[in-house]
Amino acid sequence: MEEILLNKSREKIILLGNEAIVRGALEEGVNFVSTYPGTPASEIGDTFFRIGKSAGVYFEYSTNEKVALEAGIGASFSGLKTLVAMKDFGLNVCLDALLPFVYTGSKGPTVIIVADDPSCYSSAQSEENTRGLSLVARIPTLEPSDPQECKDFVKLGFQISEKFKIPVIVRTTTRVAHQRMPVILGKIQSSKSRIQKGKFIKEPKRFVTLPPRVLEMKKELLEKIEKIREFSEKNKINSTPRGSASEGLGIITSGISYLYVMEALKELNLDLPVLKLGFFYPLPEKKIKNFIRSFKKVLVVEELDPYLEREIERLAKDVNRNLKVVGKESLPEVGELKPEQVILALARFTNKKYQLPTVKYQIRAPERFPQLCPGCPYWFVFAAVKKAVDTKKVIFGGDIGCYMLFGLPPLNIQDYLSCMGSSVGIAHGIKKATGQKLITFIGDSTFFHSGIPALINTVFNKSNPLIIILDNQTTAMTGHQPHPGAPQDNKPIKIENIVRACGVKNLKVIDPINQKEFVTAIKEFLEKKEISVIIARRPCIWIKK
Amino acid sequence: MDKKVNQFNILIVGTGGQGQITLLQILAEAALFEDKEIKTSELHGLSQRGGSVEVHLRFGKEIYSPLVSQGKADLILGLEMQESLKASYFANSKTNFLVNKYIVPIPFQKPLSEDEILKILKKFSKKVTLIEAANICQKEFGTSVVAGIYLLSLASFKKLIPLKPVSILKAIKKIIPEKYLELNLKTFKLAREA
Repeated sequence: MEEILLNKSREKIILLGNEAIVRGALEEGVNFVSTYPGTPASEIGDTFFRIGKSAGVYFEYSTNEKVALEAGIGASFSGLKTLVAMKDFGLNVCLDALLPFVYTGSKGPTVIIVADDPSCYSSAQSEENTRGLSLVARIPTLEPSDPQECKDFVKLGFQISEKFKIPVIVRTTTRVAHQRMPVILGKIQSSKSRIQKGKFIKEPKRFVTLPPRVLEMKKELLEKIEKIREFSEKNKINSTPRGSASEGLGIITSGISYLYVMEALKELNLDLPVLKLGFFYPLPEKKIKNFIRSFKKVLVVEELDPYLEREIERLAKDVNRNLKVVGKESLPEVGELKPEQVILALARFTNKKYQLPTVKYQIRAPERFPQLCPGCPYWFVFAAVKKAVDTKKVIFGGDIGCYMLFGLPPLNIQDYLSCMGSSVGIAHGIKKATGQKLITFIGDSTFFHSGIPALINTVFNKSNPLIIILDNQTTAMTGHQPHPGAPQDNKPIKIENIVRACGVKNLKVIDPINQKEFVTAIKEFLEKKEISVIIARRPCIWIKK
Repeated sequence: MDKKVNQFNILIVGTGGQGQITLLQILAEAALFEDKEIKTSELHGLSQRGGSVEVHLRFGKEIYSPLVSQGKADLILGLEMQESLKASYFANSKTNFLVNKYIVPIPFQKPLSEDEILKILKKFSKKVTLIEAANICQKEFGTSVVAGIYLLSLASFKKLIPLKPVSILKAIKKIIPEKYLELNLKTFKLAREA
């Protein structure tokens, strides 16, 4: 049996943040889990994929995050305890489904995990901060700092959802999701004590967001949020600060930043009061006002955008007009925080002299870019493209997957890159605007995720890019999760059947190891007046046959 | 171990696929056997594909941050020489460098020579030890895949990590899958005899 299923209360086991999220959901008796893989959230789905059956939990890799959330909404409407997990960009994809879900509210308690990636270690498109979207959607949002809190906050998230009938986001970041520590286990609910099967009971007033009802729902939501704010005022995940307030100084922080604050206090031998906020939305405003009431200065330590800082400035107007709020003037808005940055910011804040214990010596170490694996089928695709065309005279579209590495040395064929599935839609726009020759790459899982509507648009509105679908028969970059076209499935959905059904006439399926055939096809298709598609099919070297 | 603050900070650096996360798991379990507080940090996904991989582990008392601060590493375990150079960001003049004498070339770049790297590392700390871990493992077992386990075991036998070798051994048995366990146990033994 896997250790994560160990049913021993009080036992300590080392868990990754993402595994602790799984454990928390199991302890709460989750029934239904859906996800689309994305770093840094992937291990949540991967763990459920491994243990779901033995834990009696339904699990699916959905085709994209919107579908994953919609599946979760259906399960919740049917009374099941539901978890949906994704990376930050996934929330953009499913925002359309999220907003009405916050209006209707959940029936079965529902927690949505969203993992941000400050510093973009595994995120090509933008440095996102999900907290902004929490405000847009008005969805209660909790921010754990470490794996123990990942487990505890997921459990609390389910409890809030159950009590207030509203979905709850638990927002992590890379350094929380991929942090390990010993976590104290609780009891896993036995499968007998959990709901076995959902039942959808007709309640149109609750589940149909049709005007004029939709505006009543909005009003009900605003009232609900104020009740949750009251709940958050009393909840212990917003800490009761200790430390000496005699200097008139205090610190407010949340998430991973809290851990750096505690290290910095230790390093500088300081004893300042720290208010740690477990709730990002709704904020416990009374608690914050009480905290800042008598201070001269408060340091706000948060990653990326100054959401807390702005709120604290607003609240200070009511209770302490002379309060100096120090935040982004002392800490960066771009990139994740580093513990040494927080030590230095705190030293400045308290006028303490501090020298980092580093050795002053400048080195120039060679930069090492990530590479396609040796033997990767994409090398053959790249080689064929190089042979077939003058790469200076053709535009190359990129998309999200291992083949993004086409944009790095030594390959360097990528002229634009945006979000999942966008390579095809943008290709169509460029073709319409310019008529220049264009080849765009899209992976198999990305094609299923969001490439298909753009392909249909290209056929419908008639432009002629050459689309090369890189079919390595797995979702490789995030850890080889299956997808609808993967042969591991009993009845895979063949990409060529979809492409053909969309009305594409120029279509070839080629194993890129057959270079001559591949080169000829590229040359031939680039001259076509209508859209053409090559499916480059060869499995990823890491797939178990 | 910094006695005053009672914490120990380790960085393991190398290139993607050298087993940094496995070494991290072994160290974390070994520290848990000795009842320490532990925090680790690692990266997954695109950042792993043959690029630089740096993982952090901290244990002792009152451990909050999963990341080691600049200049605060007690031990830098280098699985590749050029990557060890980058980790000097975390070094102070007392940091121990235990480095695999092994270079993974970067395509289209002339690698720095072993001598150059050693010279630069010594500007940071006098305590730099180069070990032929990859060569020794290749010669003994026909594979250098266990070079990291060799270095880690050696660090515990040489008391460069304040964890008992027996805890490391117990952790290896817990973390390494059955199929590879014998090879790893042999590697541990080889480090003991070194």
